[in-house]
Order: sequence, then C-alpha cells, then structure tokens
Amino acid sequence: MLARIGASSFDALLESVPATLRSRAELKLSPALDERSLLRHFSAAVAENGTVLSGPSFLGAGAYHHFIPAAVDALASRGEFMTAYTPYQAEISQGTLQMIFEFQTLVCQLTGMEVANASLYDGASAVAEAALMAARVTRRTRLCVSAGLHPHWREVLRTYTEGVGLALETLPLDASGRTDCAKVPADAAAVIVQSPNFLGAIEDLGAAAKAAHAAGALAISATAEALSLALLRSPGELGCDIACGEAQSFGLPLSFGGPYAGFLATREKHVRQLPGRLIGETVDTEGQRAFVMTLTTREQHIRREKATSNICTNQGLCALRVTIWLALIGKRGIRRLAEINVAQSTYARRAFARAKLALPYAAPVFNEFVVTVPGLARKLERLGAQGVQPGVPLARYGAPLGEDRLLVCTTEMNTRAEIDALVQELAA
Amino acid sequence: MSTAGRTGLVFHEPLLFESSRPGRRGVPIDDPDVPPVDAARELGPELVRDDIPDFPELAELDVVRHFTRLSQWNYGIDSGFFPLGSCTMKYNPKVNESVARLPGIAAVHPASDESRLQGVLALASELETVLAEISGLDRVTLQPAAGAQGEFVGVRMITAYHRARGDAKRTRVLIPDTAHGTNPASAALNGLEVVEVKSGADGVVHPEALAALADERTAALMLTNPNTLGLFETHVEKLAEVVHAAGGLVYLDGANMNALLGIAKPGHMGVDVMHFNLHKTFSTPHGGGGPGSGPVAVRNILAPYLPTPVIRGEGGRYRLDEDFPHSIGRVHAWYGNAGIWLRALAYIRTLGAAGLAEVSARAILNANYILDSLRDVYDVPHQKRVMHECVLTDRRQNEHGVTTADIAKRLMDYGYHPPTIYFPLVVAGALMIEPTECESQETLDGFIEAMRAIAREAETEPGLVTGAPERPIVRRLDEVRAARKPRLRWTRERA
Repeated sequence: MLARIGASSFDALLESVPATLRSRAELKLSPALDERSLLRHFSAAVAENGTVLSGPSFLGAGAYHHFIPAAVDALASRGEFMTAYTPYQAEISQGTLQMIFEFQTLVCQLTGMEVANASLYDGASAVAEAALMAARVTRRTRLCVSAGLHPHWREVLRTYTEGVGLALETLPLDASGRTDCAKVPADAAAVIVQSPNFLGAIEDLGAAAKAAHAAGALAISATAEALSLALLRSPGELGCDIACGEAQSFGLPLSFGGPYAGFLATREKHVRQLPGRLIGETVDTEGQRAFVMTLTTREQHIRREKATSNICTNQGLCALRVTIWLALIGKRGIRRLAEINVAQSTYARRAFARAKLALPYAAPVFNEFVVTVPGLARKLERLGAQGVQPGVPLARYGAPLGEDRLLVCTTEMNTRAEIDALVQELAA
Repeated sequence: MSTAGRTGLVFHEPLLFESSRPGRRGVPIDDPDVPPVDAARELGPELVRDDIPDFPELAELDVVRHFTRLSQWNYGIDSGFFPLGSCTMKYNPKVNESVARLPGIAAVHPASDESRLQGVLALASELETVLAEISGLDRVTLQPAAGAQGEFVGVRMITAYHRARGDAKRTRVLIPDTAHGTNPASAALNGLEVVEVKSGADGVVHPEALAALADERTAALMLTNPNTLGLFETHVEKLAEVVHAAGGLVYLDGANMNALLGIAKPGHMGVDVMHFNLHKTFSTPHGGGGPGSGPVAVRNILAPYLPTPVIRGEGGRYRLDEDFPHSIGRVHAWYGNAGIWLRALAYIRTLGAAGLAEVSARAILNANYILDSLRDVYDVPHQKRVMHECVLTDRRQNEHGVTTADIAKRLMDYGYHPPTIYFPLVVAGALMIEPTECESQETLDGFIEAMRAIAREAETEPGLVTGAPERPIVRRLDEVRAARKPRLRWTRERA
C-alpha cells in the first residue's frame, strides 16, 4: 500500500509531525491479552465485588434493581443497533430513528407531556439541562431547588449552572418529608422538585407547580425512580412545565452507575428551547412515512456557541433498552410492577413499625423510605458480613439527614423472607 | 453496477402503538409473596393516575420481530464500511461486550459500600493510569459521560484555575475555525466568549494568527489535533507557547486521538488538559448515538480542580474521595459510564503498547491510501499527506449539478455508509473520510471503486446520483416538512 501511494516508508507519511514530538519509546502498558486471558483478568478483578445478585440488596438512592426480561439483552445486542452512529444519514438509520420516535412517545405518555427529546446522559444532567432551559425561557437566574433533590443531582446542577451565573436556593422539607413550597421568590426562574424525593416521599407536584406559576417561574419535576410514573399522577397532569429524570429502572443494568439514560419532556410551546436530539416524522420522495432528526438549528453542530446545549450524543443504546423494556412489560405489566413495588414497601414499612423502628417521615412512599436504626453503623457491618446490602446510610450525604438513618429500597426483586430478615437484624 | 450493496428482504413495521392490541401481554409477572395492596387506598387516590392511554400492549414475539425488523433498516459497523470522518467508526470487539456483561460489573450498585467496590475501583484506577500514560499528562477522571461533557469539565477547570489565581478577567476562549461545534458550545456553557482563530491557507493554525488574538483576556485555546482536515497542527508547540505566554491554557479536543497512539503525546505538545472519546479511539460501541464516555486528563496544575469524587488508591485499597475543596464539583450522579469505560480498558488490554501503535499507523496509512486513490477524480483542499482522515470536495462534480449530499446518498446504493459531509465548515462541500485501521485493502479498494464510479456517473448520468438513494427502505426525506410542522410523538388523534 505504501508503494502504491508513493511513500518510501510509514514515517514518510508523518512529515507534518515535528521530530521533537515523535514518541521514541513505546507506551508503558501491560502486555497484550488474548480473549481467554482478558476474560480471566476481568473476572478475577471483579470477583470480590459484592453485587445485587450475590445477596439481598435494599440499595436505591437513584439506581434501582429491577427485572430485565431476556429479550432486552438479545435485541439490544444486535450489531445494527449497537454499532450504528447518530442517525445523520436518515435513509439508512430508520431503525434507530423510529425507535427514538417511539421512545419520545413513551416518555410523553409516562410524564403527561407533549414533547420529549431523544434522551440525555443521565438524570443528574437532565435536571441541569432542565434548569438551564427554564432560565432561557424565563430570562431569570434564581433556581429554587427542593432539599429532597438527590444530593448528587444537586451537585451536578450546581456545576452546570455556576458558570452562567445562575443561583441555587433551597426549598426545605416539612416534617412529613415533603417540600415546603411556601416561599418561592417572585423572581424565581424555576421550582425544582424530585418526586418521589431522595427520602422516598411522594411530593405534591400540583402544589409545587402552583407555587412556581404564582411567581412566574417554571415548575420542573425530577424523577429518579421512573417506575413510579406508571402509577402516580403524571407531572404533566399536575401542571409541571418540564418533566425530567432518570430512566435506568426501565431495563438498564446497574453497572456501577452508568451508562444510564436521562429523559427531558416539556410542553410544545417550549420545544425550541429543548436541548439534545429530537426525532420527527416526515415522508420520503415517494410519500412513505419516515423519521428524521429535526429542529437541529437548536444544536451545537449548527448553532455552535449559540446552541441550547453542547450535548452531541444522546444515549441511543440506552434509549433502545428502555424502549424494548417498556414494550415487553407493556401497559398492564408496568402498572402491575409499580403496584408490586408499593406492596413491597408497604409490607416492609409495617414490619419496621411493628419492630419498633421509627419511620421519621409520614408522607406516602413508592418503593423507598427512611428508617431510623439506633446503632446503625454496627448493624451495617454485621449485615455486610452476611452478604446483605441493607440500604444507603444517609450519614454519607452529610449532617442534616441524620446519623442513624437508613434509606431502604424494596423492589419486585426482593422477597418477603429477605425483608423479614432485614427487619429482624436491624431491630436486633 | 458492481457494488457491495444488495437489496434484501426487509419488512414494513408499524409503530409499537399501532401494533398494540388491548389485553395482549409481553412477559408474565407473578404475584409477589407479600400481601397485595390497593395502591389508591395506600397512597391516597389524589396521587394515583389512571391507566396510561395507548401505552403498548404486545406479545413477546411481536416485540422481538418489531425490533429485529427495525434493526434491519440500520447500517452499523457490523454491516459494512463506515468511513465517517472524525467519528472513528472502528470495529467494536465482541469480547468487550462480554466484559461489560460480567455480573461483577453489570450487577454492581453504585451506592454499595466501598468495601464491595474494590474490584471495579481497581479497574477504574488502572484505566486512569493508562490514559495518563497515553496522553502524557498527570491525572485523569473517568466521570464525564461523553466527549462534550469532557469539554465542559475541562473548560470549567480552566476557569477555576484562573479564578483561584485571582485572574478573573480571562473570559475568552480561542477556537480555530476547523473545530467541532461542541467546542464553542462548551465554552458558552461556561459563560465564556468564543473568539474564532482563522486557520492558514495550508489548513493549519499559524502562531502569528494566534498571537494577534491571545492576550490577558484569554482563558484558553481549544485545539483539535490532528485537526478536522486530517492535518497535524505542525506548529502546535509554538501555539502552546503563545497561549502560555499570554497566561492562558491549552485544551486539546481528543476526538482525533486515533492518529496519535504511540506516535506523539499531547502532554509533550504543551497541552494542559484534554478529553478522550472512548467511543471513538477505544472502540466502545456508538450505539446509534451514545452512550459515550469522555475522560479528561490534566497536568498537575489543574489536578486540584478535578470533578469530585476522585479515586484514591492507598495500600492496595481504593476509595472515592469527595473531600476536594477546589473541585469544580460533580458532573455525573456516579462515576461516569462505567459500563463504557470498562469496555475501553478491555480494548487497551487486548492491544497493548505495540497493538495501539499499530492502530494509529494503519489508520494513517489507510487514510492516505484513500486520498491518493481519489485525488485525480475529486478536488482536494490541501495537497499534504494526512493523518487518520482526509477531506475531498464536490467542486468538480458541481459542474454537473451533483453535490456532496448526492454523492453521500449514492454511496448508500453501493453499500457504503457515507463520510461526514459539509464538515469542516471551512471547506465548501466537504466529504470527510476516516477509514480507521480496521479495514482491509480489499475493502478500501471497493470503496474507492464506488467513489470513482459515482464520479463517472456524475459526468455521464448525473440523475442516478441526484436521485439517490434507491436501495434503502426509504428514499430521500423531506426534512423541511419535518421542521416546519414538527410531529415529535405518535398520538391516536393524528394516526
């Protein structure tokens, strides 16, 4: 090949790389591994990881262990989906395009909104993008953020909004664990409320929306546990202007926190302020229905520094898994799964109460709640030694949330026996 | 015509919502072993919604056929040659999928106690060390979920660095006219002003042009090297000197790192901070537009500003350290797209140092081979050797009424994915071709032959090209209609 292009050597092709910059030594890396050795290396490296499969797990806090039907992996592994690019060339990307159109529709149905984008990185950046969007719509700079927003999501929100001069203010939680929206300032850009919130409480999104609108602000709902959308009145129905969150519950493995899939939906009137990809319906030259990326003048590759966001990828493969999962579980199945999650948490809460452990918040919950456990640290250690992951200690997230408080999540993946054993150990 | 493309049996497939039939069910879900509850009574009727109207009701086989058929309308790297410039559409080895699916990775909850995360943290730490070595920089974070988020993080850190030095007036980012659109968008997301740097007639940035713009307001230069014309920025050391002398820092957009593995290290070029696109250089699947992974590497001067948490390894134990007072803060709920960055580590471990060096060498050879084999029929903006990608234009074909878009669509009929088109913006009618190292000479020859055939058709039968494509499931789309009356979801009323 070198001869055919008239190059005397490979180095002759690098004429524009100054000799001073050429690496003289090889990269210092471990020796290459063949497939057998590679799988052995990784299997051995992660062998000591305790997983949600290796023992009972009651971990939630923004990442949820749910059932994934076998067909999700089988279909999402198809190379035509997995190895395709962003669907710029629509004629040979109709599979991805129709799938994302379906994803957008499903997100609208779940959130009660009119338009949804083709997904964002994760729930945390979705909240950040929603806040930036609200600031553009209202031309205001104060963001009122519920203290019930996932603490990591709040940190991401701060990182994203600091540079463009937005200020974060906190709306406190009341004694029941819900956000107190009484004091929304008159110049707020947005009221941001997570429901169910980080402590598990199902929020009064209708009240949050009213408070936001009274101040001329947008109401943003954030959802970390997307399965709750199948059962709870939707953010759209309750008057929110933007509904965003994390869709990991719908068929995405926990994978140490990623890749997940953020979603962002809103009213039609705000569509031109949406960040990210949007897929729209059109026709081809023969009049057949087809799908294409649209309203791209919002985006960085056209508008550059004036774009609504710098986002370039959506989470195509994750959106695919979500779409397949929702199609397989279906209308009745998703309602049923959501009801099972409520049944599990109801059972667990009653068992904790019977065992005289305090449930500090009275607000209704979906599948996650806080329990006060005297001597928590010691008990966590003991349960850990038994291979149980009993929940997330709130002490990890700082003082105001309490020393002895444990955030417990029960999903359809937990059994009654596991819950009974957990209650017994924590009460002991 | 002799082509790689054939029309196989593909199926019409309605939307999920159109195939839905009341009462049909996909996977069964058993009763729980806890007592059932009436959710409306338990939570209060005011909190509970009705059934979701028009939500899909399908059997498992319906769903399997639906997505199988949709997949057949797609073109992936697994389908054929995918020379999409600056996107590095290389083969995604299947063993990396097996790695990501190991239960010790896929079933790890991110909020697990650190004692249970030692394995995955050790692998993360290993990858950070490897990426530091490849970049010639000191520290790495795996947290950014994509290249654009990596850019945001890098620029945010640069801002934090200047502010910590009491140098708050640095509000401008210098960006060459060949840059990806994400660069200016990431600067704007940080509240900074974008100043465009014109590249020279030879396609690269000249120190004099940069010196005229660099001053006490300069926060950074954002450079892509090799640039989007496929040219190595020959003056990069001098460019870095100019920016550093003005008090600014140098950011490298690592989108084109596939040209540099084992050949040159950004750290030696004067780069202070860069992002990697693991889904480009390190073979993780593009997935139809994500998920990606955009680790950021920095020189020690920027290390205090890394996003929190950072991984610390001490005495063989690893922990996620959040006590990091100068950090720009978190950018991801957890520690980035672990399922993706672990695939990248698997790729690097498969190739080793010699393998990675061969990646770039072959990628560069393949790009020059294509360029040399087509420059007699397509116009070329610059006569130099290229790195990992090359740019052609449609100037000659324009004489026959054929444009870059037409050539791209006609390539589909020949069985190839089109190159990146109309980018970089500085070249009119650009066709930007990145073959990657993975393709054989036979595959390249087939593509070259198709490009030459299209050039002939443009002269003799231009209607074949302007009317393309004819083989995909749909013909050319009406994009204006899509944007004028946007239909962004299915509804029963519109059906």
